[in-house]
Amino acid sequence: MSNQINRQQVEQVAHLSRLDLTDQELDLFSGQLSSIVEYIQKLNELDTQNVEPLAHSLPVHNVFRPDIPRPSLGTEKALANAPDRVDDFFKVPQILDDNSGA
Amino acid sequence: MTDQLTVFKLKQDIAAGRIKSREITKAILDRISRYDSAIGAYLSVFADKALQQAQAVDDKIAAGQPVGPLAGVPIAIKDNLCYTEGLTTCGSKILGNFKPPYNAHVVEKLLAADAVILGKTNLDEFAMGSSTENSGLQKTVNPWDKTRVPGGSSGGSAASVAAGLCCAALGSDTGGSIRQPASFCGIVGLKPTYGRVSRYGLVAYGSSLDQIGPMTTCVKDAAILLQVLAGHDERDSTSVSTETAAVPDYLIALEQAVTGLKIAYVPQFIEQAEAPVRDAIKSALELYKSLGANLVEVQMPHFDYSIAAYYVIATAEASSNLARFDGCHYGYRSPSARDYVEVYSKSRAEGFGAEVKRRIMLGTFALSSGYYDAYYLKALKVRNLIRKDFTEAFAKADCLMMPVAPSTAFKIGEKTNDPLQMYLADIYTIAVNLAGVPGLSIPCGFDGNRLPIGLQIIGPTFSEDKLLRIAAIFESKTDYHLQKPEFK
Repeated sequence: MSNQINRQQVEQVAHLSRLDLTDQELDLFSGQLSSIVEYIQKLNELDTQNVEPLAHSLPVHNVFRPDIPRPSLGTEKALANAPDRVDDFFKVPQILDDNSGA
Repeated sequence: MTDQLTVFKLKQDIAAGRIKSREITKAILDRISRYDSAIGAYLSVFADKALQQAQAVDDKIAAGQPVGPLAGVPIAIKDNLCYTEGLTTCGSKILGNFKPPYNAHVVEKLLAADAVILGKTNLDEFAMGSSTENSGLQKTVNPWDKTRVPGGSSGGSAASVAAGLCCAALGSDTGGSIRQPASFCGIVGLKPTYGRVSRYGLVAYGSSLDQIGPMTTCVKDAAILLQVLAGHDERDSTSVSTETAAVPDYLIALEQAVTGLKIAYVPQFIEQAEAPVRDAIKSALELYKSLGANLVEVQMPHFDYSIAAYYVIATAEASSNLARFDGCHYGYRSPSARDYVEVYSKSRAEGFGAEVKRRIMLGTFALSSGYYDAYYLKALKVRNLIRKDFTEAFAKADCLMMPVAPSTAFKIGEKTNDPLQMYLADIYTIAVNLAGVPGLSIPCGFDGNRLPIGLQIIGPTFSEDKLLRIAAIFESKTDYHLQKPEFK
């Protein structure tokens, strides 16, 4: 596997991350991410064939609580930080075009 | 009145009516208005609210009513902890106007303990950084030398404690963000065991690593604060139940004698540090030895891989956690977004700073199809090996000692152009988060420029009581923690 992340991969990752980066940022991050990823290759020095992955440092189990309704935030509090709203809804730009028939 | 501020002395004086909380709160607020423009520790100060809280405590005491364990004590909190007063920004433009609709668990705990909350402290954006230089909102300098960083990411909390701009502060630690700034600013900083303190209301960075803890001027204060913060909370599914680990009385633990103490150390870790740090750590170990402790040499062969594993795991978790910043529900929305995709991509591009973008990108890359096994899964396996290193060390000793950071506080701007160099400076703190064990930083010396040096004491899970006790021994024999920066 190549240790370098090329410019095209950086563009793809930026797209997946929903980050609309400038050309200048894409150039900068190509170089920086390459050197970080190259450093991370260090992990391959270790043989981990018989090692279990550890996602959490403590044994974690599913935590359940009784299924009893209880008050939640409420509409006004939930909408208080909305960048834009209309009535009791978050307002966003149109998602479907007018002819989609939806 | 604001000299040598300690929680334990102040709470006694306030409870006994010798000092009014309102007076001390006012005195500290005055110090903040006089000095903080040069230090930059606070992002917001709630003067009126703090004075009201102080007055309420004074009234309770005057009326002979019972008060909580932090009654009237002025405390600062890191600005990634939700508090319904003012804004919670995480040092980010994307949350520049965010007013939390609820309090973090630890904020509820502070308020229930009758603490006075002074304000919110600066941090690296979303707690991603080691110098507080990544804050999207302001600069914070080190009170010991204003040309140097306070450390990070809890740099504002550390600077405010060191400069006497609060009595104690809360920080959060994902890879060293409490311990390293505590070390750089000459104060005590404790990262508890993962799960000991609820993360409810802490804006998430790396959810399997994040932990909230106290930053104080002495070990006893850290014990008092941990007592208030620790315990089960059903709103954090990784909060540890009391059946798994009961919360001990940390103050009683401090008074207990230590016999047959065994301290593990890794000789290379000490030798690798810069000379003043190396010498201070060696002297600290010698002091413990002279007091009867046994020093046990150990090896931790996987420790050196912790930075590589961390920057896969933490960034993977961050890329997922920060997906919630979508420009729709709260936070910044780009005014130039024309469609819903641009609401995401432009809002995020304009709202996040460079380091946050880098980490989101790195995490997205590590989790992306074709790379998951090679990076993310590999890092989780190495994490297991790192935890095993700790388990084996703790089979031979009560605790492990090493530096907190390879150097003392570095110059502002010194490492900002090379993110990897900044990451590598976290070598001594990161493995502790990966293993989930507690770590404590205490002042243990100064370098030639009179910059503080920290000693890191690490223990098995839920050994905070023992770590505090071991630290208290050192503190009782030294006066590093009593020295304060001189600034005008």
